[in-house]
Order: sequence, then structure tokens, then C-alpha cells
Amino acid sequence: MSDDTVSIEVDGQLLSARRGAMLIEVTDAAGISIPRFCYHDKLSVAANCRMCLVEVEKAPKPMPACATPVMDGMKVYTNSQRAVQAQRGTMEFLLINHPLDCPICDQGGECELQDVAMGYGHGVSRYADTKRVVFDKDIGPLIATEMTRCIHCTRCVRFGEEIAGLRELGATGRGEDVRIGTYVEKSVVSEMSGNVIDLCPVGALTAKPSRYTARAWELLQHAGIATHDCVGSNLFHHTRDGRVMRVVPRENHAVNEVWLSDRDRFSYEGLYSDARLRQPLLKEAGEWHAVEWETALAAAGSALMAAAPQEMGFLTTSSASLEELYLLQKLARGLGCANVDYRLRQPDCDDQAHDPVMPWLGQNLGDLEHLQAALVVAGNVRKDQPLVAHRLRKAALDGAQVSLLNVRAYEQTFPTLVNDALAPAALLQELAGIAAALLSQGAEVPAQAQEALAKIKPTTRQRKLADSLGSAERATVLLGSGAQLHPGYSVLRQWASVVAAASGSVFGYLPEGGNAAGAWLAGCVPHRGPGGVSADTAGQTAGEMLRTPRRLYFLHGVDPEFDFADPQLAHSGLSGADCVIAVTAFESDALLEHADIILPLALHAEIDATYVNAEGRWQNANAAARPCGKARAGWKILRVLGNRLIDGGFDHNSARAVRGEVQACCESVRLDNSLPLAEALRVPAASRGLLRVAEVPIYAVDALTRHAMALQKTGDALRGAVHMSAAQAEKEKLTAGDTARVTQNGSSAVLLVHIEDSIPNGCVWIPSGVPGSEKLGPACGAVEVFKA
Amino acid sequence: MQQITSFIKSFTLFELARGLWLTRGYLFSRKITIRYPEEKTPQSPRFRGLHALRRYPNGEERCIACKLCEAVCPACAITIESEEREDGTRRTTRYDIDLFKCIFCGFCEEACPVDSIVETRLFEYHFEKRGDQIITKQQLLEIGDKYEAQLAADRAADAVYR
Repeated sequence: MSDDTVSIEVDGQLLSARRGAMLIEVTDAAGISIPRFCYHDKLSVAANCRMCLVEVEKAPKPMPACATPVMDGMKVYTNSQRAVQAQRGTMEFLLINHPLDCPICDQGGECELQDVAMGYGHGVSRYADTKRVVFDKDIGPLIATEMTRCIHCTRCVRFGEEIAGLRELGATGRGEDVRIGTYVEKSVVSEMSGNVIDLCPVGALTAKPSRYTARAWELLQHAGIATHDCVGSNLFHHTRDGRVMRVVPRENHAVNEVWLSDRDRFSYEGLYSDARLRQPLLKEAGEWHAVEWETALAAAGSALMAAAPQEMGFLTTSSASLEELYLLQKLARGLGCANVDYRLRQPDCDDQAHDPVMPWLGQNLGDLEHLQAALVVAGNVRKDQPLVAHRLRKAALDGAQVSLLNVRAYEQTFPTLVNDALAPAALLQELAGIAAALLSQGAEVPAQAQEALAKIKPTTRQRKLADSLGSAERATVLLGSGAQLHPGYSVLRQWASVVAAASGSVFGYLPEGGNAAGAWLAGCVPHRGPGGVSADTAGQTAGEMLRTPRRLYFLHGVDPEFDFADPQLAHSGLSGADCVIAVTAFESDALLEHADIILPLALHAEIDATYVNAEGRWQNANAAARPCGKARAGWKILRVLGNRLIDGGFDHNSARAVRGEVQACCESVRLDNSLPLAEALRVPAASRGLLRVAEVPIYAVDALTRHAMALQKTGDALRGAVHMSAAQAEKEKLTAGDTARVTQNGSSAVLLVHIEDSIPNGCVWIPSGVPGSEKLGPACGAVEVFKA
Repeated sequence: MQQITSFIKSFTLFELARGLWLTRGYLFSRKITIRYPEEKTPQSPRFRGLHALRRYPNGEERCIACKLCEAVCPACAITIESEEREDGTRRTTRYDIDLFKCIFCGFCEEACPVDSIVETRLFEYHFEKRGDQIITKQQLLEIGDKYEAQLAADRAADAVYR
């Protein structure tokens, strides 16, 4: 026996265990059940519920299994009279103040207290005095509270401190007077707050959107995949009568561990939004008519046949499934049109020839925990990919130096080395400065960059960042989801890759949406076919398609107001078309204005679908719910259109068959993020005048999230507003609460002014993809602000 | 010996005579049949007839949408949908019982934690068209309102045995 393992005896069974492990870990691994409430394997040990008391030989009292380290030769009895007596005693005390309102409690049927009470509780209570009553707190639109039910296990408190990184819930008072709540009356704002619903062993914290609507025993569980970020969290859709009632996490330690972000958990509400399209619509002489599928498909087919191939444009988003993306490009290319793109939010595609096969994280998600240094460029990782931020947080708490450079200094939940706001041009200069600092330290910098670096004198911050990345054994430079909004995306990416190469860091992408990687693999970009093979003829990018309006647009799951970085460009592009065919799940005024044929699309919980996450993991899920109304799966719609218009190649009879075809194309794909550099890298000078910068806020990323009612009631659901620093506001003669007229490229909107010091001078921050910003131009670009 | 007695009994029609003797006894005894529908048999307070949903004396419906009756129903005759009412309480939006499926076992009544779903003493009812056999929450509440006095008395009478 090595020094690291000890052998113990539990109920007469010999077990070997890691030295220092807690007893409950050992018994759990061996399948010996010990009741518990406060212990959770992802949280620290609190040992305050006392439910896991067991008898340890030679110990004077029963010991809590969750807080008793194993010792060599220890003899433990989990079922002895003494242990059971202690457990029963604890149970009786816990039930004294518990209201026993199981019939109206949402946790009823899946409650840990109910389960354990069946085993250890008395049939009849001996307690006849009054019970404690605790008033409920309103902690926001996602979590319903019933604090009288609380048994003070403090799992939610520890979750806030240890996992979410925000001390939002806490215990006040002592003994009988302990109360769990927010210290002052406020909402819980963590983007992972929904996890306390799963953690709560009783019904004190339950999901508000699904409150009182379903019982645990009525629900069917279907494995699914989250589609809102590049993590691809594993989840379960719980359905009743073919309708998703709620979403809970599915354990997968390689992807989302046991957590789920609020966006993934509550976005299902959008499936049943009033704006959901339930049948095909056809515009005839300016009037919309509900029609049958056959009519609508025939109309779409003849419109596609009538248009000249070069005059068409196919647009989609990174929320679509791999099967849809593949068939969309197959349909487009089959018709002889290479104008197919998903990059609606990326104005700068100059460097697209050098793009990797797919935007890859460069490492596994789990590797992020073990980093020693990380630099996230242009990405609000906490809101964009909450579970990536969680991994980075673990690394940061372990001593890693995590830095962020953004257009706005977004608040993070972990200690950062640098978390600064830089204007778009300054961001490029900063990266060049870091590269220059690395060069001066003797690092090898690619030759193409050296000329530009010769003139740069690194600042202290640049040296600090260079030191942190250069000295770390395991470091990474990640290009965040905000980078694509940058007007000089290709240069930004080149400089980021130079920094990564010079510092010996792994270069990785955190792409937007749930399936950007899938879009690249499926060939849903104008210059690459399936499997990343260069296309024979490169088509136009999304931006080019809109700048020189096509005669026909085919929009697959695209909302013209909120899915584009430049909604005004989209508006003018779509207005210039003869025919717009929209396959979409949601109705909107803009869509009704622009489109001529609308086909209702089934969404991710309603279809068999595959998604590829940032690590290149192919994850597929089967349909969990019935499509809303007459909506149909995207791959079926595209297959029917393909069959009508193209000879052969569209005979798939299942999503699996489509996936198989993509898989065959991707067999030789090798993930590699190395970026061939341009002739000579430049560092652009800062532009004069006021500049708009933006991000796509967490609850505006895709149509489903934008229609999820509860998420839209949270504080993270932003509305169009002008945010600027106090100094900038003074310069523009504005104060907080003023309304300002914002003008961009001739289009303007009146927005509220917010003062935030996290925004660099010379910039105003106006979120993209939210109501109020759809009247404006590009997410990053010149802007004028006047007092309205 | 047995064969001989059997032969004599069958030859003398002994069994027939014995049977007729029993008949003669009933001919003169008191009759238990009644003239239904003019006359009715007595009913126990535990009689399990048509269902009803009860209210509290203040008019508030008792049902809290716990769905235990739906879960316990062996014939899957009950369908419930629920949501949060405006005042924050848990209430049903739909409560249907399919009386063709129902086997009148009374489990729903047993399962109910608030004595809301009950079975009344009514057993004389009919349906005139297909679909009528599914009685809705509104109908159930109306039945409950109409027979509340009887229902309350019956529950009180049975309470001592519970």
C-alpha cells in the first residue's frame, strides 16, 4: 500500500481510499448511501446539516461523514443503531420548522428532504408548537423563493461564493433565526444563478418561469444540447405533452460539469412565445395570407428557380444546426450560387482565406482550468460564455493570471491581472505593444511583424502582460466573441496570433453562437465548402451581399433587425431585393415588411440536430418536443426545396443521414489555429471623432433568447442606450438620464444616456442586437451624439 | 354404500325437493327488493358516486393543483393543468374527469390532501352526446356547490374512522 492510500472498513466492507479524502467521498464511490443535505461534491464542506452522521469506532460521538477525513484502519458503521439514531434525530429536528407543504411545493416528488424523510423520518411529528415562518424575498424573475421551507444547508450561499463568484445570497442571524437571503433587497444577478435551483435540496429555491406548471413525475426527460454559446452545454429538456416545461443540466465533466448558464436554462420559454410562427405565410399583393406548406414550398421553389444564381444571397446564423447549415450551402451551391454566409456580425472578412478549418478553442475546455496565464481579447467571456468564464475563474483562483482587453472594462467574477477598456484602434496598438515587449525580452516574433514593432515602446501594462504570458508554462490567448464586431477584425486576429506565437501561448477562438464551428465544417461560408475545402468559386460574404443588394435573399433563421452587426445595411439590402424567402421561427414587423414568403421553422428542442462546440466536439440531440404549430425542422424544409430544384443529392430521410454526409466530408479535418500572416503587419492609427463600440448582450444573442420572457425581465436584458464615460459626457454636454440623438451613416435613434467609467474616452458603447439599436448602423463605427 | 344413497336420492328427486323447500321459505319471508325509482336503498356516507370539487366556506376553491389524484388514478381518468394564479397561489386551469374511464375506486378522494375532490352520493346521471362524459372543473365545482351540505356531513360522519 502506497503512502497515498489508506484502507478503511465501512459496514464490514474493506475499502481503499485516498489519504485525506472525506469519508462520504469514499462511501459514495463504493455505492454505500449516506443521507446528506449540505454536502455537494462541487462545493466546499460545510457540515452544517448533520444528516450524514455515522458511527466511527473509538470516536466518542457520531461523526459527520462529509467532514471526517479517512484514517488508516478506521472502522465505520453507517447503519448501526447509534448512526441511525443520530440520523433520525437530525431528521426530526429538520422537520420541526419545515412547513410540510409538499402538495403545493414544486420540489414535491424530486425533493431530497422528502426522500430522506421517507427513510429516516417519523410517521407522526412529536412537535406541537408553532413553526417558524420566513417571509419570501423577491430575488429576480428567474428564481422563486419560499424561504420557510429552507433547511439552511447553505449550498446556495457556497455556490455564490465558490462557483458564481458573487456573494449574493448569505445567511444572517443565528440558530433558529438564521435567514438565507440577499443582504439588502435586490435581484440575484449572476449569469449562472439558476444552478441554485438544482442545488437546493428542498423547495426553497425553485424555477420561477415554470412555477406550479408541472410535477416531477409527469415529465419526460430528453437529452439535449444548449445552442447559445460555443460551450454546447449538455442539458435535459423536461417535457410534458410534447412541450418543454423546463431545462436542467446534464452532467458532463468535459463540457459543462454539472452547471448550466441561465441563458441555456431559461431560453426554452422562447419556444412558446406569442411571436412564434405557426404556419407558412405568403405575401400576395402586399397582403399576408396563411397558406399550406405545399403552396408555400411551391412558391419558394419557383422564386428560387426564377432568380439568376449570382443574384441570390443565402444568409443564416450560427444558431442553426449542422444539418441545416450543410443543406443550406448544398442548396445554394446546387443552384450555382456561392453567396452563402453565416457571419452576419462580422463586417471584416478580408483575411478569410487564412481562416482555420473552424474557429477552434485550441485546447479542451477542461484545459482552461489548468492555465497559468490567459489573455482574452475583445470578449466579455463572463456573459458570452459563462461556463468558459467559470473554468477561467477556477484557474484564476488557482493563481493563474487572467487578463482581458476589451472595448469596455466588463466586470468579471474572478481576480484579473489586467481588465481594461481600449478603443478599437488602441486595442490593436496594445497587442502590438505586447508583441514589442515580448520581442524586447528576446522572444521570437514572426518576421512580418518585426518592422511594425521596431517603432513601438512598450508601456508598463504591455510589459506586464508580456511577462505574464511569456513566463507561464501553460498560457493561452483567446479571441473573444466581441472580436468579430471589430472593424479591423482581420488585423486584430493577426496581432493576437502574433502575441500567442511570440509568448508560446495557445491561440484559440471563442466563436459567437452555438454552432459557428459547425457552420465552418458544413461549408456555410462563401469561400469554403464542407470539411473546410476551398470552394471553386468564392461567393460574396454577408456584408458584400447586403452592400450590393441581391435580387433574392434566402434567410434561414435570421431576424433582420437584431441578427446583423449593421441593421441599417441589412434593411437597405433586403429592401432592394425582388424576393425575400424567410425560413424563421419568429414573426416580426421587420420580417413582415421585407419578406415575401415565410416558412415556419422548428427550433433546437424540437428537432434532431448536431452542434459542434469550440473544442470541436460533435454533439447531437434528438427532438424533445413537438414543433410549434405547423413548424418543420430546417433540414426537412431545405431537403424538400433541394428535391424540387436540384437533381439528386437531397434524398436524406433523417437528420442522421445528413450528419453522416457532413461527417464523411470532415474525416480529414485536422484542427489547427495557426494563422499565416499577411505580408507585413500594420498598426493602424487611431481614428479621429467619436466612435461607437458595442457588444451583443448576453440575452440578445439569438432569436430564441430574445423571445424568452423571464430572461428579458432580468437586468442583463439591455435596451438600446448610449453608455459613455463621465469625461466624454461632459465633452458632449450630456448627463446621465438625458436623451441623446445618435446618428450613424444617416440613420438615427433617440436613446437614453448612461454614465459608465468602464468605457474608454472617444467611444460610446451602444449594445447591438437589442431593441433601440436596430435603427443604427454598424456595431463599431463612427457616430455622432447630440442632446435630443 | 355411497353409490346406493346417491342412487336413492336421485331416484326420489331429493335435491329438487330440498331446493323447493328453500324457495317456499323465501315465499313467506320479508322482501328486500324495492320499487326503484320511487323507492331507494339506503346509502353509506362513504358512497362513491359522481365526483365533485369542494370549496372552503369562504368560497375559495380547495384544490391546490398538487396533482396527487391524477397520479394515483389507476384509470388515468383525471387530467390537470396548473399555473400560478394572480395572487401567487397554485391553482388548476383545467381539471377534467373522464367518467367513462373512471372506475369509482375513490383513490382520488383518498389522495387529496385538502378534501377537494370527493365522490358524492349521486349515481343517477346520463350523457346525451359523445364528449359529455368528460366533466370539467366548472361542472365539478357546481356539483360541489350544490351538494356541499351533504358532502360536509358525510365527511364529518366518516372523520372518526380516519
